Amino acid sequence: MENTEMIMLDEFCASHQVEVSFIHSLEETGLIETVAVNQALYIASDDLPKLEQITRLHQDLNINPEGIDAVNHLLRHIEEMKQEIVQLRNRIRFYEENDDRV
Amino acid sequence: MEYIDYYKVLGLDKNASQEDIKKAYRKLARKHHPDLNPNDKEAHKKFQQINEANEVLSDPEKRKKYDQYGKDWQHAEQFEQAKQSRQRSQHFGGEGFSGQFDEGDFSDFFASMFGDSGAGFRQRQTKFRGEDYQAELQLNLTDVYKTHQQVLKVNDKNIRITIPAGVEDGQKIKIKGFGGTGINGGPNGDLYITFHIINNTEFKRQGNDLYKTVDLDLYTGVLGGEKTIDTLDGKIKLNVKPETQNETKIRLKGKGFPVYKKHGESGDLIVTFKIKIPTNLSEKQKELFEQLSKLST
Repeated sequence: MENTEMIMLDEFCASHQVEVSFIHSLEETGLIETVAVNQALYIASDDLPKLEQITRLHQDLNINPEGIDAVNHLLRHIEEMKQEIVQLRNRIRFYEENDDRV
Repeated sequence: MEYIDYYKVLGLDKNASQEDIKKAYRKLARKHHPDLNPNDKEAHKKFQQINEANEVLSDPEKRKKYDQYGKDWQHAEQFEQAKQSRQRSQHFGGEGFSGQFDEGDFSDFFASMFGDSGAGFRQRQTKFRGEDYQAELQLNLTDVYKTHQQVLKVNDKNIRITIPAGVEDGQKIKIKGFGGTGINGGPNGDLYITFHIINNTEFKRQGNDLYKTVDLDLYTGVLGGEKTIDTLDGKIKLNVKPETQNETKIRLKGKGFPVYKKHGESGDLIVTFKIKIPTNLSEKQKELFEQLSKLST
């Protein structure tokens, strides 16, 4: 069975200078998930990079959770399009190379 | 050390109000923020400049000093040295990018004017994930026909990676934890490797399928026979049907390229026959072709 390392939410909030209410609003938007253990809330350490990125966007650019959700969606979309461009370039090259042979 | 015009960086004139500075910073930060421009070094650099300009201009004391000494910052340095004994520490708040940079990310110009204490606002012991590294690896098509291991040197560290068969040109893989070291004990970043596959074979690759054009002599094309061709896996013998037309394609199932991370699965090999018309015919051959021609009319 795989073990997941958890980080106490209060510790994260203290070290990153964010309100716990901010984390709750992220949870309501579906951006992150918290886990309750013995009345304390935790986040999975694997989610830490994502949560730190969200925190930076919020603190640096004043983007609210709904805006961050939209930004993440668009960034994913850009990444998918980049991958598609790579695949299409490969296909074009295939046909161009075949043309050269004629 | 080059003078930095912080007003120019934010696109403002010297009379800009605090509100103007705030607005200009927000607008440019939204455009160049590293989280919104992943893997864009130019945006990263630009954001550092914007952040630095904002740190100075949004703080009235720092702005005053900057306005006063600005281009003559070298004199300011001397002046500040004399003042250092009685004016040691400054603390100020203000907005700023809180991640991925450390104090070393401020320009020499900033450090010369404001010293180490100038960056005191970021002495929060926040843990940050290290920077993601991007690397490129060039391989031959024959290298990625089979799964193999390779040792890479990234920032003086040797990393042994397994390259699965079937990797495509331009494909990117992530190696967790092999990026930059985390800041203040934060987790390490990841290493992203982009593969550039050079086709060193006579095959064309499209996805998992391979394509090959094979010359076929006229006689085998007309009468049928056997033709031995090379695949990436060795030679195979093909049965050529009689009356095979030019550009006839045959599909050899499972003789193409391995499917990425699907052990034992491969694409197809599509062979196109190119019928070669004989040249330099002897008199006898010409005569026979003429006879054939008469027979077929």
